[in-house]
Amino acid sequence: MTIRLNGEPFEIAGPVSISTLLAELKIDPRQVAVERNLAVIKRDRYETTMIGEGDEIEVVKFVGGGSRDC
Amino acid sequence: MTIDSLVIADKAFRSRLIVGTGKYPSHTIMRDAHRAAGTEMVTVAVRRVNLTDKTKESLIDYIDRQSIFILPNTAGCYTADEAIRTARLGREVGLSNWVKLEVIGDERTLFPDNVALLEATRALVKEGFVVLPYTNDDPVICRKLEEAGAAAVMPLGAPIGSGLGIQNPENIRIIKDQARVPVIVDAGVGTASDAAIAMELGADGVLMNTAIALARDPVAMAEAMKLAVEAGRLAFRAGRIPRRSLASPSSPVEGLIGAGAPARS
Repeated sequence: MTIRLNGEPFEIAGPVSISTLLAELKIDPRQVAVERNLAVIKRDRYETTMIGEGDEIEVVKFVGGGSRDC
Repeated sequence: MTIDSLVIADKAFRSRLIVGTGKYPSHTIMRDAHRAAGTEMVTVAVRRVNLTDKTKESLIDYIDRQSIFILPNTAGCYTADEAIRTARLGREVGLSNWVKLEVIGDERTLFPDNVALLEATRALVKEGFVVLPYTNDDPVICRKLEEAGAAAVMPLGAPIGSGLGIQNPENIRIIKDQARVPVIVDAGVGTASDAAIAMELGADGVLMNTAIALARDPVAMAEAMKLAVEAGRLAFRAGRIPRRSLASPSSPVEGLIGAGAPARS
């Protein structure tokens, strides 16, 4: 299936849980936050929240910054 | 003097210097600068994970979370909706409900869009966030943000990254006089004296990034800023003398030798 991941089309065999997606991407779930179709998914729901065809997924983390000048 | 903590919402900080995490030459220099600054709160941005390059070290590994509270920001957001989304994501990464709220209204000056800022503040306060909005040095918008439930107000001293110092000291003083929440001067500091001036005006704290991160020696500048914030705070509490236009001698005028002698012609 095709999803949008951080604004780009992304192919993954699915449907998959958010946990599985993060594992495939080798991302430590403790260092990120995930949004599915504009709604933040709580970390304890990663196992049970499924991603389907066409879903828009954002995976973000903290980066250096003070203000907009970062 | 008694213990002088900065209290925002339910948290007390001994340090009144809040520092950014961007633009440093390296993560280790950032960590050392944070130590030298004695800061207990640093602000971080929320950005997409780079899916093609995951080799980069994590910023978080260079922040001592035992002594430093992480304040996510919404830097780079241009609408209330983007800022609200970013705040919610930041809460999930950091597991705290604090946010340094920025809604930028102009790319060149990075001045805030105060209409959108007020809207985002109201929405996030309703969701239980502790909101610290970055705003103009305008007493009216600061009052409105406070009424909207902001836990502190953060007027700029000068444009972000400009290093111009406190451009409108009287406004900062007015904002402080009227505020019932802490006033943090956010942005515009260039060097230590600027931070001291902000504190002497009565600000409860100063937030800075560029002035430290881009100094020739960030760690030394961080220490200078720590001392300046402490000095400015002490001077504010000590109560400065009033300004006067003419001299007032510091030494007694009685008992001068030659007193009573005929005046020189």
